[in-house]
Amino acid sequence: MSITPVPPGWWKMPLHKEEKWWISIALVWCIAITIAMPAWHFVGKQNSSQEYYTISTEDYNTLAEEFMEKYKTGVETAGDWEWDVVTPPPGSDIYLRSMQWKWDPILKLKKGETYRLHLSSIDVLHGLSIHPLNMNFEAVPGWDYVLTITPTQAKEYRIICNEFCGADHHGMIGKIIVE
Amino acid sequence: MSNFRTCSITGLKVHLPAEKLIKINAVTAIVFLLVGGILGLLLVLTRWQAVHILPPEFFYRFLTLHGIAMLVAWIIFWEMAALYLTSAILLNSRLAVPWVGWLQYLLMLVGGGMVAVIILLGGADVMFTSYVPLKAHPLYYLGVILFAVGAILGCVVFFATLVVAKTEGTYSGSLPLVTYGAAAAAIIAIITLSHGAIVFIPTLLWSAGLIPPMDAEVYRLIFWGFGHSSQQINVCTMVAVWYMLGTLTVGSTPVNEKVCRTAFVLYILFINIASEHHILVDPGFSAAHKSWNTSYFMHLAVLASMIHAFSVPAALEVALRKKGYTRGTFEWLKKAPWGNPGFSSLFLSLVGFGFLGGTTGVIFGTEQLNILSHNNLRIPGHFHATVVAGTTLAFMGATYYVLPLIFQREVAFPGLAKIQPYLFGIPIMLFSTFMMVAGGFGVSRRSADMYGSGGFSVEYSPIVDISLSIMGISGVVACLGGAAFCVISVATLIIGKKIVAK
Ligand code: HEM
Ligand SMILES: [Cu+2]
Ligand SMILES: [Cu+2]
Repeated sequence: MSITPVPPGWWKMPLHKEEKWWISIALVWCIAITIAMPAWHFVGKQNSSQEYYTISTEDYNTLAEEFMEKYKTGVETAGDWEWDVVTPPPGSDIYLRSMQWKWDPILKLKKGETYRLHLSSIDVLHGLSIHPLNMNFEAVPGWDYVLTITPTQAKEYRIICNEFCGADHHGMIGKIIVE
Repeated sequence: MSNFRTCSITGLKVHLPAEKLIKINAVTAIVFLLVGGILGLLLVLTRWQAVHILPPEFFYRFLTLHGIAMLVAWIIFWEMAALYLTSAILLNSRLAVPWVGWLQYLLMLVGGGMVAVIILLGGADVMFTSYVPLKAHPLYYLGVILFAVGAILGCVVFFATLVVAKTEGTYSGSLPLVTYGAAAAAIIAIITLSHGAIVFIPTLLWSAGLIPPMDAEVYRLIFWGFGHSSQQINVCTMVAVWYMLGTLTVGSTPVNEKVCRTAFVLYILFINIASEHHILVDPGFSAAHKSWNTSYFMHLAVLASMIHAFSVPAALEVALRKKGYTRGTFEWLKKAPWGNPGFSSLFLSLVGFGFLGGTTGVIFGTEQLNILSHNNLRIPGHFHATVVAGTTLAFMGATYYVLPLIFQREVAFPGLAKIQPYLFGIPIMLFSTFMMVAGGFGVSRRSADMYGSGGFSVEYSPIVDISLSIMGISGVVACLGGAAFCVISVATLIIGKKIVAK
């Protein structure tokens, strides 16, 4: 009985055949997935980025604003919101600044070209969810998270904040245009 | 010896101060479950986008409180009752230091109460994770610290009682398996809750304006270092409760004590380290660091769960076959006591935790797949399977035995009790499943409105609408099942027939 004390000798009780089989199979499976996950890191191409730097929120903000000013090509509005539309040259360093409750700027990218996207926040945590790809990364103040991206489809993507960031968290929706 | 009574059903010697503490902790747990359940109903009626009743401000406030009332208060108060039950009562012993037990209760009540009030007053719209630099009122952090310290005291009383029972020779042989499992849970609890109390100290000081904020990523690392590990308190206690329910419902005996106990040790050794699956898509830590943490060690803890996944049903099968249900492969399962809410809770909890909760945890915790799951509805879908269909349902099932044995009253509305586990367990599994389906299409968690608030609009696959509707309907039915549990428990305390000693 599992609710009553056990008389001595329980440690010496042999395992049944079925138990031995089950534990062996489970162990082999656990070892297999333990190997599979790091192995896929090298074989597959779906890893999250490993490039990141610490940066003060002020410095990051300055870099992001310089970037927006330099490549600004237009303005877009929706509701009470207004964004700069920024068209950076292929291969360049691009910035996606998150703050309560806005993604800045609207990025216009070229299909098939590679960019170095610098993701960070200047206030609290935010979450980058690229919709409808459903790819998700964390935007952390104090950290410059560099995602090397190559858009493969011409499309208007939404970027939804998916880390709770305060009162208008759900309204924090931006845009990336790939053409 | 006036401090003891003899249980008329089990013959166990029941220490009255221990009994009182079990009662008060269990009742408080159920009150929090009721509060959390009402909030859960409002939340699901908001996430069900076609209904969408709460304005954002209240959605976030209630979501914060739902997380705290359920995951923290309901579960840990119930666990305190379980610790006293599995130590003093099962070992025929006195509870070591009842006044420390009362201090445990008081600290947890004051701490939990403070947190709840601050949240309701709007001082802590930060979710139970309270990631810095999102700031709550200092009393919120203080409340969490008091609560954690109280829970640690409960574990201390538990271990002190084990020592008392051993030295006073109230039992012979080794600890019962259930007590052993509870001890594993208590060890994990002491480790993780002290970490928790420690991270909240700098956060409290920062919120009070005394020190600068801690790095946001460091907070996330430490928070999940205890936040995830502390979920293993729930897993461990739940498994111990499974074994207990197996014995109480069909008289099962563990097939092999050595195997079951070793599996509990694996939980203690390895589960504490898997917590970095929360930060797989964060900056700040190398892939090597994250993979090491989330694969090697976690899978040894998964092994422990796989062992229990065999041992628990095997013990049930052996016990039922001994009763003569030996025809064919499955007669034992067909003839199992499906009308006993203890048994049906055990069975559904096993299925929900094992097939839905555990598997999805391993899947979403994979480095690559996590990119597709992080912070979307897949995550609350996963943990409503583990901590609701699994832990909560197991605790409900055990409550049906605590009521007659500790409160000495017959369970009220036995007809309703018979169906309650189904009414709660099956819909909560559907709820979890369809939450996960919607998450797969990029619907994010913790969002008061997945279509935004007047800026850019968002389009979703049509499957999302259907999934959220099924999620909504099953969530509402699950709330009825939860309400039935609360009604039965409260009614038992008030109008349940007293069981008198023969
Ligand atoms: C029938 C009962 C329940 C229903 C209908 C329900 C419903 C919900 C809903 C709709 C959410 C919001 C998901 C989101 O938008 O991210 C949620 C979150 C949550 N629920 Fe439940 N729930 C129930 C029971 C429970 C129980 C028993 C527990 C714990 C033991 C629990 C723990 C949580 C936690 C920890 C969260 C996450 C809070 C956060 O994101 O900060 N729930 N629940
Ligand atoms: Cu945000
Ligand atoms: Cu947000």
